[in-house]
Amino acid sequence: MYDVIIIGAGVIGCAVARYLSAYDADVLVLEKNEDVCAGTSKANSAIVHSGYDAENGTLKARFNVEGNCMMDELCRELDVPFERIGSLTVCTDEGDIPALEELRQRGINNGVEGLRIVRRDELLSMEPNIGDDVAAALYAPTAGIICPFKLTIALGENAAVNGAQFKFDTEVKKVYREGGLWHIVTDDAEYTSRAVVNAAGVYSDIFNNMVSTRKLNITPRRGDYILLDRSVGGYVRHTIFQLPTKLGKGVLVTPTVHGNTIVGPTAYDTEDREETATSADGIDSVIAKSAISVKGLPTRQVITSFAGLRAHEDGGEFVLGEAEDAEDFYNCAGIESPGLSAAPAIGKYTARLIKDRLQLGEKADFIKERKDILDPSALSIEERNELIRREPAYGTIVCRCESVTEGEILDAIRRPLGARSLDGVKRRTRAGMGRCQAGFCSPKVMEILRRELGVELTDITKSGGGSYIVSSRTKDGD
Amino acid sequence: MNKAYDIVIVGGGPAGLAAAIAARESGTQSVIILERGEQLGGILNQCIHNGFGLHTFKEELTGPEYAHRFIQKVIDMGIEYKLDTMVMDISPERAVTAMNREDGMFVIDAKAVILAMGCRERPRGALNIPGYRPAGIFSAGTAQRLVNIEGYMPGREVVILGSGDIGLIMARRMTLEGAKVKCVAELMPYSGGLKRNIVQCLDDFGIPLLLSHTVVDIEGKEHITAVTIAEVGADRRPIKGTEVRYTCDTLLLSCGLIPENELSTSAGVRLSPITNGPVVNESLETSIPGVFACGNVLHVHDLVDYVSEEAAKAGQTAARYAQGAVEKGGREIEIHAGGGARYTVPSTVCIDRMDDRLTVRFRAGDVYKDAYVSVYFDEARVMRKKKRIIAPGEMEQIILSREQMKEYPDLKTITVKIER
Repeated sequence: MYDVIIIGAGVIGCAVARYLSAYDADVLVLEKNEDVCAGTSKANSAIVHSGYDAENGTLKARFNVEGNCMMDELCRELDVPFERIGSLTVCTDEGDIPALEELRQRGINNGVEGLRIVRRDELLSMEPNIGDDVAAALYAPTAGIICPFKLTIALGENAAVNGAQFKFDTEVKKVYREGGLWHIVTDDAEYTSRAVVNAAGVYSDIFNNMVSTRKLNITPRRGDYILLDRSVGGYVRHTIFQLPTKLGKGVLVTPTVHGNTIVGPTAYDTEDREETATSADGIDSVIAKSAISVKGLPTRQVITSFAGLRAHEDGGEFVLGEAEDAEDFYNCAGIESPGLSAAPAIGKYTARLIKDRLQLGEKADFIKERKDILDPSALSIEERNELIRREPAYGTIVCRCESVTEGEILDAIRRPLGARSLDGVKRRTRAGMGRCQAGFCSPKVMEILRRELGVELTDITKSGGGSYIVSSRTKDGD
Repeated sequence: MNKAYDIVIVGGGPAGLAAAIAARESGTQSVIILERGEQLGGILNQCIHNGFGLHTFKEELTGPEYAHRFIQKVIDMGIEYKLDTMVMDISPERAVTAMNREDGMFVIDAKAVILAMGCRERPRGALNIPGYRPAGIFSAGTAQRLVNIEGYMPGREVVILGSGDIGLIMARRMTLEGAKVKCVAELMPYSGGLKRNIVQCLDDFGIPLLLSHTVVDIEGKEHITAVTIAEVGADRRPIKGTEVRYTCDTLLLSCGLIPENELSTSAGVRLSPITNGPVVNESLETSIPGVFACGNVLHVHDLVDYVSEEAAKAGQTAARYAQGAVEKGGREIEIHAGGGARYTVPSTVCIDRMDDRLTVRFRAGDVYKDAYVSVYFDEARVMRKKKRIIAPGEMEQIILSREQMKEYPDLKTITVKIER
């Protein structure tokens, strides 16, 4: 029996696990994919919102602003790249400035600091490539950019180090209460726990609806993005949003913490909770809309496009806390934007609720810090040579586009909740994330995975499940 | 470790090998090749088909055989090389920073640097193909490595997008391994590959080549299960109603090669927006003095024979530079690509520095039948050669003669044109 079972190892599930692992509790995280950060958490804008956007008094507003405030310290503790670069929400019509002012006021009410309206002249000095028609912008200096993979992985890893257990490739089929305990039925086992956390992303309504009469309805809302090569990094310096108009919500253009530029998203409601296929129309519209706020964006430097699903609940609001009619069943449902920004606050809040209810004590030996995979490029030549002498694998470059060494890949595989697939390695080290998109390094990474995991090359997957890379030996093979 | 060499060659593929041999033959002793792979020979090692060396050796060799002839010579001549060694940076002053397991990170000061890093394949992401992003999608060269070096099959039911040479070669290779290659779709109305490869790799095996077609959807959440291919119009946009679905477990992409010039850029070398390779003069010297380029990092070639020939030239001129034997100054004459030709390599020539003859290579931007390749010295047409067919997939060349250029003392611009 566990004290708490968390359904889902996305950024929310991992955040809850991490904060819960500070208490004396047996925590189990069940994830249907082969790794943490395999759903919505991996495909989003990779930004931390300032918090002016959500309506006053909403959970979205509260947890966004709280999460934003927590980011510096948390990312320091967990060694996650986070930069407060600020956001600019631009309008192209002087007549829209009152709307920016309204957003500013809303932000102030939400507790966002430093908001101000900037006019075109100042804007040009902040953002030289701003669109020719842009008239003004709402500047939010507390907005930032973050690596969502690294944040989720770090939260999960830190929870694991502090005793939380993770079971991957494990899909929860049924949740029911019996004998004062929660029973969680998976494809191959049944677990019991005192409390359940529903952090199942686009599936969170399903689990809520199994146990509560207050039904939720999640609509997966697909967003297409394009990612530009680092060679055009620095084209914009802030996260640039477009003020929503009658014509639609617009797209954002933002640098990433790794120096790429991300553009998107679209918004298409779907029924399929796994429909992460991009569409030609979607990609075209992202490119077309970006021109409103940023001129001459080098969209020919696209290295990849992708789509993510937002878990949009009918109420348009986060659903947090204990379900009214299901004791010790804690929802973290309907987590769409600004979910990534809010994740630390949601994790901390949910963990507190459970701690108080289950009367959990503080863990005396809680380890709150975690070091990320060593980045050799941050070392001096002398330090780097010392490292290579000690561990020669740091002298071999495996991914030439992102300069990732074998040492980093080995670390990614060997550390707690280590990588078991090409995507797992990619999200931890960036190997394969560069301009050649793993063309050169994938055979090498496959070989390292095969060696480290002690499996056959035919067992290696791109991202778990049936995503095998090679099917069989050639005629002459073996 | 801080060493100095007369010539550092970045890359030990066909270009780097030929450059090293020529540099040594030109009298420069202190030459080192830095190769990132585990052996010399580069991509030739995975090109186990034949057809290499017809021009150079007058016989048909496989890729590894062709490479071996050069590797043996490099070894016989005692030319130094380091394997599994990645060049991390080249400074404008030609300090080459490299790294490997044994030596760690080290800097070599070079009198001359020869860039011979080759090229990479355009990945799926850069093609903006909509749909899912499952396993089973490979660039053709990655699949070639998996099949020929690792000995594993990516799958059994194959669709190929793009008709570049590696894609064509892999259509045959996968077929010979028992896979079913359903079709090769090519966005353009003509193939990007060599005619001989279309005949030998597709026609001979009954694999259809669908010109003016592209992939408009990819199905499969974990592993690819099908693609949809549609015809495209003159604007290269899919035509509604022409979609055909092909089930498959493998999609190979052969949609263009991109010279790998990140290191060149870091050194400050000026690149051509057409070739994505360095802009070079008659000596194959880039915009940075003492930095030379050859092979696929300079512009993508179809035949390795021409890579070797070009690289030998770079080896000679780099040796001359390292020996301090290069005349400074001299009048530069521009070489322009006009009407139908997309680019020329080189793009300038200095009469005082050039050899008696200079090979100028170029590619057409379209297919031309019964057209002329013409060379103009300013306004005067000095050469006109009829060609039955000129295609983007086949590199063309003309030879400039020093004697002839001397007859035009005021010559400013040489223009290479394709004329109907």
